Amino acid sequence: MGAAHSASEEVRELEGKTGFSSDQIEQLHRRFKQLSGDQPTIRKENFNNVPDLELNPIRSKIVRAFFDNRNLRKGSSGLADEINFEDFLTIMSYFRPIDTTMDEEQVQLCRKEKLRFLFHMYDSDSGGRITLEEYRNVVEELLSGNPHIEKESARSIADGAMMEAASVCVGQMEPDQVYEGITFDDFLKIWQGIDIETKMHVRFLNMETIALCH
Amino acid sequence: MEPAGPGLRGQAPLLLLLLLQAAGPAGARAETLLDAPRARGTSSIPPSPASVVAPGTTPFEESRLPVFTLDYPHVQIPFEITLWILLASLAKIGFHLYHKLPTIVPESCLLIMVGILLGGIIFGVDEKSPPAMKTDVFFLYLLPPIVLDAGYFMPTRPFFENIGTIFCLISAVDPVAVLAVFENIHVNEQLYILVFGESLLNDAVTVVLYNLFKSFCQMKTIETVDVFAGIANFFVVGIGGVLIGIFLGFIAAFTTRFTHNIRVIEPLFVFLYSYLSYITAEMFHLSGIMAITACAMTMNKYVEENVSQKSYTTIKYFMKMLSSVSETLIFIFMGVSTVGKNHEWNWAFVCFTLAFCLIWRALGVFVLTQVINWFRTIPLTFKDQFIIAYGGLRGAICFALVFLLPSSVFPRKKLFITAAIVVIFFTVFILGITIRPLVEFLDVKRSNKKQQAVSEEIHCRFFDHVKTGIEDVCGHWGHNFWRDKFKKFDDKYLRKLLIRENQPKSSIVSLYKKLEIKHAIEMAETGMISTVPSFASLNDCREEKVRKLTPGEMDEIREILSRNLYQIRQRTLSYNRHNLTADTSERQAKEILIRRRHSLRESIRKDSSLNREHRASTSTSRYLSLPKNTKLPEKLQKKKNVSNAGGNSSDSDLEAGPRCSTCSLGPDASCQNSSRRKPPRPIKWSGRTRWTWIPGRINPAAPQLPTVKRGPPRPRVCSASPSFPKATLAPCGVTVSTKASNPSRPPGWSEGPRNLETGRVDLGARSLNGNGQSRPGGTGPAQLWRVT
Repeated sequence: MGAAHSASEEVRELEGKTGFSSDQIEQLHRRFKQLSGDQPTIRKENFNNVPDLELNPIRSKIVRAFFDNRNLRKGSSGLADEINFEDFLTIMSYFRPIDTTMDEEQVQLCRKEKLRFLFHMYDSDSGGRITLEEYRNVVEELLSGNPHIEKESARSIADGAMMEAASVCVGQMEPDQVYEGITFDDFLKIWQGIDIETKMHVRFLNMETIALCH
Repeated sequence: MEPAGPGLRGQAPLLLLLLLQAAGPAGARAETLLDAPRARGTSSIPPSPASVVAPGTTPFEESRLPVFTLDYPHVQIPFEITLWILLASLAKIGFHLYHKLPTIVPESCLLIMVGILLGGIIFGVDEKSPPAMKTDVFFLYLLPPIVLDAGYFMPTRPFFENIGTIFCLISAVDPVAVLAVFENIHVNEQLYILVFGESLLNDAVTVVLYNLFKSFCQMKTIETVDVFAGIANFFVVGIGGVLIGIFLGFIAAFTTRFTHNIRVIEPLFVFLYSYLSYITAEMFHLSGIMAITACAMTMNKYVEENVSQKSYTTIKYFMKMLSSVSETLIFIFMGVSTVGKNHEWNWAFVCFTLAFCLIWRALGVFVLTQVINWFRTIPLTFKDQFIIAYGGLRGAICFALVFLLPSSVFPRKKLFITAAIVVIFFTVFILGITIRPLVEFLDVKRSNKKQQAVSEEIHCRFFDHVKTGIEDVCGHWGHNFWRDKFKKFDDKYLRKLLIRENQPKSSIVSLYKKLEIKHAIEMAETGMISTVPSFASLNDCREEKVRKLTPGEMDEIREILSRNLYQIRQRTLSYNRHNLTADTSERQAKEILIRRRHSLRESIRKDSSLNREHRASTSTSRYLSLPKNTKLPEKLQKKKNVSNAGGNSSDSDLEAGPRCSTCSLGPDASCQNSSRRKPPRPIKWSGRTRWTWIPGRINPAAPQLPTVKRGPPRPRVCSASPSFPKATLAPCGVTVSTKASNPSRPPGWSEGPRNLETGRVDLGARSLNGNGQSRPGGTGPAQLWRVT
């Protein structure tokens, strides 16, 4: 990373942009290097190095989320081919714990950002809405861990959930209305009862790099 | 059991008659206790031989051949035991006959009251204190079944998730009483786990501390070494017990691997090993309860897979029965022992003890929860804490321990007994009775499944996965790390060792079952259609559906979700001491049978109305959904051959169609499911509700469905199709306007799914109109109107 001086400058810059502390940035950088094999950027294939991720049914969505331009704040759709460390940090910053010193408004903002991250994972075609097909996709992936579950059940479940979402978000609909899909606001409504801000965080200070050891 | 009332003399028969008259219908529940006086009468007969015709009273007489003898001492002990158990069970029946009563008063209260009654009567008759329960009996015979039952059915995953919290909440709580009270109020499972787990683990603490203090009292001086020895002893006891339990649990699992030829004694192994672990632990003065719990929990996973279904059922029921018996006996004993001369009443001591216990418990819980909440991601709310504190019931173990106190060391033993009894009674009665209204008042998060919406569940699971994934990417050890590690180890070594190889036929059997389910569902569906030809009835149907999914369906969804989602967080069925909830597979099996019967009926009816060719084509199309190399069971294989010979032309259309009938993608789209089985949708969906969701049926040749707009708007789901980037979803009561407004859609394959989705919703309509014409022949909605 060049001279120590410029390195710490970069670190400070990153600190400012992403909100991580320098310790955390250093740890994440180490992890980044492991994943990328000492390259400056990571591609999708690099995520194959994380063996535990193989077991995750929504693996593809997670990996995709790293490259999603919307999450990287580089655009409104599409996927990047590779991401550098700063992008990596940007994605990770969605999972920062809520700072207890933040006031209510900031907490709400954080919450919204986190939920937006999740929303982007559902909305794979960047249409701004979670359509039925995308929802079905999600449910199918979730249930893909179990070979005995039928695809039809997954679809039925997705349909059910969609109906529920419709009734929650729009209430009683006119007979001629059509529900297009779950928008981000609807999404927020659905998650209203759940305190995502406390759950959606990873304790970045206690990281071990053992996962790569096998 | 010690013989009751050893003091009575030989005028037993007279006494018996007197008692019968005097006792009469004691107690509130005449019908249940009518047996009791008689029973009690006999049970207070002294050991001395009593014969109606007494050959033995005059030993110097020549003994004639007795015509009728009554030899009580011979059978005394088993007789009394049986009577007591019988009495308790009868009391339970009576208890449950009054519907309201179980909801107000927990069973443990009732049992204690019965015990008191009994004790009172024995006391009244005898003027001596009724028999104290021998601690041996309690610890060796009565306690293990209860603990085994609890440990076996303990949902392990939540237990281990909360184990940290459990360890922190240590203050002596009795599992027996806790369970007895908690089961009725269905507090959310987390709470349940916490309290129960805590109470189980408290055994180590309680017994050790007890022994510790007992020996302290006996020693002249207490040195620091002793204190440390005591602490070390505590750990040894706890951990040693667990190790013994795990060790024997593995051996048990290993044994069951080889029992497939002698299914009958499989349950025996489970019980023997568990009990062995208990006794072994007791032998070393380790914690037997921990041992038996660990054994049960270890065994559970592997044994479940190895034993036959019937053995498993046997185990479950037998365990419940044993624990039920034990529990009732314990409580009755408590009641009996209350009455008598064992007491010394000292207001100050008793009240102080009671108050102190309660305060200590409350303090302990609240303070420790503060510490715990700091570590947990989901903090325990105040209400939860309150319930935990409140649920700290003292009970049977405490009671037994008190009786264990050697009188020589504790001259005031009776005082202790009194105090203990008061505390126990207070907690069990007062707290037990009031806990339910309190729970409702505080509105603790009850484990009410209906509140959790399906979409929430999905979202939560999704989120869990995301979090885990991110944690993996960061290389962070989430708390899933150990579990995953263990799972890997387990899968790699343990399962191979401990679980029998799966018989190959089981997979075919399950495939067959699935085919049957699929078939049955369709039959039921078609059956339904044919019986409801009018719009009117469909309207009614629609009315009830406007609300939402039926609860049955929601439950079904939830069940599927909860059982089949990747297990980051595993839901468990609510635990009920006294009932066994039917397994889902059992219910499914029943459902299959019902549907099969229904379908057979329908098929017989339909036989005459459809021609053979059509049938043939339908049956073939059914199998299209199977992967090519699936070995079909014999019966179905034949059909396939037959049908293949027949309508070839009509089949070609279908065959050219999608490889998998469950994909809504066109034939050219690749379907990832081709390698998977194509089993049917979940049962209980369509047959009863004729409902929208049933997705995935491809109806390739269905004509443009003008039917969609027919009649009153029906609930429907319109899935996305290739030509339609956005799905249009129409929830209940909403008409799909897309169909009518997009006539430009090309007919043919890509239409299929959407047609199907929307079309199939009005099952009735289609039967009459749109697809009516396709019914009689050809490649119509073959899949739907399939008949065997």
